[in-house]
Amino acid sequence: MTDKVKVATVSLAGCFGCHMSLLDIDERLAELVERVTFDRSPFTDKKILGECDIGIVEGGVCNAENVEVLREFRRRCRTLVAMGACAINGGVPAMRNSFSVRECIGESYVRGIGVEDPQVPDDPELPLLLDQVHPVHEVVRIDYFLPGCPPPADTIWAFFTALLEGRDPTYSYRQIHYD
Amino acid sequence: MTPRGAQTPVTPSDPGDSLLQALVRRQWTHGGIDEIAMAEIAGRYGVSVGEVRGVVHFYAFLDDASGVTHDIRVSDNIVDRMAGSAELMALLARETGLSPGESRGPARLSFTSCIGLSDQGPSLLVNGLAMARVDAGRAAQIAERVRRGESVSRWPASWFTIEDNVRLPGRLLRGAFAPGEALGRARRIGSAALLDELEASGLRGRGGAGFPTARKWRLCAAAPGAHRVVVCNADEGEPGTFKDRVLLANHADRLLEGMAVCAAATGADIGLVYLRGEYRNLLDGLEGAISRLRAAGVIGDGFDVHVHLGAGAYICGEESALIESLEGHRGVPRIRPPFPVTRGYRGHPTVVNNVETFIAAAMVALNGPGWLREEGTPQSAGTRLLSVSGDCASPGIYEVPFGISIAEVLERCEARDTRAVQVGGPAGSLVPATRFDHRISHEDYSTGGSFMVFDDSRDLLDVVTNFTRFFTHESCGFCTPCRVGGALLGKRLDKIAGGGGTRVDVETMRQFAGVMRSASHCGLGQTASNPVMDLIEYFPEAIDARLCSMDYAPAFDLDAALREARELTGRDDPRAHLDRSEA
Amino acid sequence: MSVLIVDGREIEFEPPATIIEACNKAGVYLPHLCWRPDFSPHGSCRVCTVRANGREVAACITAAEDGMRVENTADDIVEKRKTLLSMLFVEGNHVCPACEKSGNCQLQAVAYYHGVTAPTLTYFYPPRPLDASHPDVVIDLNRCILCELCVRASRQSDGKNVFSIGGRGIDAHLVVNSETGRLGDSELDIDDRAAHICPVGAILPRRGAFQTPIGRRKYDIDPIDVAGDASEGET
Ligand SMILES: Cc1cc2nc3c(=O)[nH]c(=O)nc-3n(C[C@H](O)[C@H](O)[C@H](O)COP(=O)(O)O)c2cc1C
Ligand code: SF4
Ligand code: SF4
Ligand code: SF4
Repeated sequence: MTDKVKVATVSLAGCFGCHMSLLDIDERLAELVERVTFDRSPFTDKKILGECDIGIVEGGVCNAENVEVLREFRRRCRTLVAMGACAINGGVPAMRNSFSVRECIGESYVRGIGVEDPQVPDDPELPLLLDQVHPVHEVVRIDYFLPGCPPPADTIWAFFTALLEGRDPTYSYRQIHYD
Repeated sequence: MTPRGAQTPVTPSDPGDSLLQALVRRQWTHGGIDEIAMAEIAGRYGVSVGEVRGVVHFYAFLDDASGVTHDIRVSDNIVDRMAGSAELMALLARETGLSPGESRGPARLSFTSCIGLSDQGPSLLVNGLAMARVDAGRAAQIAERVRRGESVSRWPASWFTIEDNVRLPGRLLRGAFAPGEALGRARRIGSAALLDELEASGLRGRGGAGFPTARKWRLCAAAPGAHRVVVCNADEGEPGTFKDRVLLANHADRLLEGMAVCAAATGADIGLVYLRGEYRNLLDGLEGAISRLRAAGVIGDGFDVHVHLGAGAYICGEESALIESLEGHRGVPRIRPPFPVTRGYRGHPTVVNNVETFIAAAMVALNGPGWLREEGTPQSAGTRLLSVSGDCASPGIYEVPFGISIAEVLERCEARDTRAVQVGGPAGSLVPATRFDHRISHEDYSTGGSFMVFDDSRDLLDVVTNFTRFFTHESCGFCTPCRVGGALLGKRLDKIAGGGGTRVDVETMRQFAGVMRSASHCGLGQTASNPVMDLIEYFPEAIDARLCSMDYAPAFDLDAALREARELTGRDDPRAHLDRSEA
Repeated sequence: MSVLIVDGREIEFEPPATIIEACNKAGVYLPHLCWRPDFSPHGSCRVCTVRANGREVAACITAAEDGMRVENTADDIVEKRKTLLSMLFVEGNHVCPACEKSGNCQLQAVAYYHGVTAPTLTYFYPPRPLDASHPDVVIDLNRCILCELCVRASRQSDGKNVFSIGGRGIDAHLVVNSETGRLGDSELDIDDRAAHICPVGAILPRRGAFQTPIGRRKYDIDPIDVAGDASEGET
């Protein structure tokens, strides 16, 4: 048990699609679980992040909480991986970057269709929005990138097997996709 | 391989005119070019409105709305900054109520690239006319008149006087002759002998690249073509250079005669001077010289000269972009080869030379090759006009023999405690004190003449950031490495200057520089990373002192990125902030 | 016949030819974006950068010479190309999962070919417009890489002049030559080559989107050195 590789995963400004793809490695999952244990992750109910070997981040950085979680991952994970288009370049959430925060909030909470009781939420429990959505590599150092929306299960598998064998991951042509 | 521009008509209708010149005239007469004017001019010149828009938006001095009555542009060269241009800008903004960079309304205030007055800054352009040594008192007077809406034509003429500041004249500046003397001798000895003499003189181009002038003229003479063209490059855009300003103001007759000599040697019938828009105040003098030389028969008969005005684009100093601009287009460098000598203006074989080169050529035509050889080094014959500015007691023009050491120049201009000299402008080299024994020559530090001095009170990171921003602003945007690489370099420099840079950023800048140097389409992109790379190599402490201790820092200011949301929600609690240092 | 030596392999060519023309004829793939065999060379994307006789040049605008040694796959050359590709990605807004061109896109394809997992430079996120004024064609400038293929196609194939470039530096952008600046008021016709030539998803004919599902598109099947340039008219 103790020599298993410890992995943590998180979804920031993403859609959990990448996590679904991770589960998509099917029967190889069994093989994976032989060799890794999951720390904090949507797959477990651990809320506190421990010291990990590998951290996998889905989604871009859109608010202050994302920044804090991402930093925590960087502090605790020896190897940090950006998984998927949103983590890599902001993805679909970054399409809001051509609007100001005022416009976005206004559309969602003030003027938008179906809004009742229009007001800007100001509860200190809520994380504040950054003025733009950013890829994770612009906030912390990232060691590896897994492209795709979501990354194909094969790409994820190629990545894990390489890392578990102590190699730098390489991908075949079909394993690199941006869509 | 059909280059751009090759399809333009082969018979020039009027070499003195182009779409760009029409736009420049319209800008003067109507304070800008609105959509109606664009459509009208497009019709007149047989191009689409979209193309006209493309041209208007390329040149910094053209506005796409009419009715600008007061257009103030403060020179943004680092030497002007050192002379107080930022304070000047702040004062003007305060006193006029204008916001810098705002492009609406009849009165406007903005920064512009070096306007060629580094020896007498801070300086600015008002409706294209240069004003030097603008102190606080003068700035207040300017603001007053802008507020009153008083026409610039009624401002005191004395405000627009420009000093020559010739500190050390040599054989080129002193040499004088009667109109027609040099051309007369050139004609007497014939073009073959003239070209031989020019070759023997060792004259090389003074615009920066140092190409042998005789070889260029021979190539043009040998190229087939119904017309041949002689172009004088008076774009003088390299920040810190102003020697052509002085030559154009005082030696235009000899310049024009040098062009006529070139025409005699190459068989050219069309002559064009491309005068940078910043030197519009020199236009009347130049036109006067043209009239004089026409009257004297030096030009006008078989070879005539017309002046084109630039409109605020450094790239138009690059010879093929300059030719595009002469043809009225956006100043995008052409694919080379073919070089202008075989296919230049409107497809004709074209010689492009610098102002100083033509004057030196005229002197050789008059005096024979020995005249140049008496000074300089075997590889670099003659003298070189240096435009000296920055931290020294006597900024101005120094005519020095090639081979002079940087230290000697510093002594001449009375510079003290010099930390670095930028030789050749931002596209040249940042030279540390350990290399002041090096020489100004083609074989050592070659230069277009800019010589900017920085003493040990100066922050060289500031200097280099200013230069990098200059290139980003002036990139024509055609090719990927320069267009994007330059902007990326600027982002990293800002990050370092703001205290958020790390080693990784320095390495990334190296990566960008490597790509920009080797993959850019023209000299601008190929040299745009020189300042940064020289700083890294010779002044690592200027960067190291600013790096933060972390091995990584975010690409942007996290806390500032929350500002808008803080304002919207009115929150200022601890969770409404992000700390940069806590990674 | 003259000979070019590309990464040690000799190929024959008929001068005059550029390096890329010589390679293309001989079936040697040189990555490129702004070059097409039937248009005048442009030299703006710089992705075809190679080392020829020791000097780095753009293969599309450099004449091939007899005996010239060309390095196309040297590590440092490939690294530079990857940086150039990354620059093109971060300069615009490329949200591939939301792009009709994905899988048929040449920018993607060249990046895949060179194994770029992610463009890791600083993103610009520029605000860029979309023009949907034309009944048959949409322009989304978020994805334009300024290759000027549409500019050339309109002028050189269609005998029109629908596109130009405006602005300069990082603000350079495609402009439409019409009174209003809108595509709908231009002379562009759906049958024009300019409507189909865009190698990325910036100019898209309407109603063609997603006919071939993601995963079964051109570059999903074969890499670009096998599949060739982005097909005209395929979204
Ligand atoms: C970005 C760029 C800007 C240039 N600006 C100037 C200029 O302002 N004046 C000039 O004489 N040459 C300039 N040059 C050099 C010209 O391309 C050309 O080499 C020169 O005018 C040739 O004249 P010469 O042989 O007399 O030096 C520039 C080159 C580049 C790449
Ligand atoms: S290097 Fe810069 S200025 Fe020169 S062509 Fe490229 S983008 Fe234009
Ligand atoms: S144009 Fe190509 S690279 Fe850009 S978003 Fe579309 S598929 Fe992706
Ligand atoms: S719209 Fe497409 S074809 Fe036209 S310049 Fe942009 S990327 Fe090239």
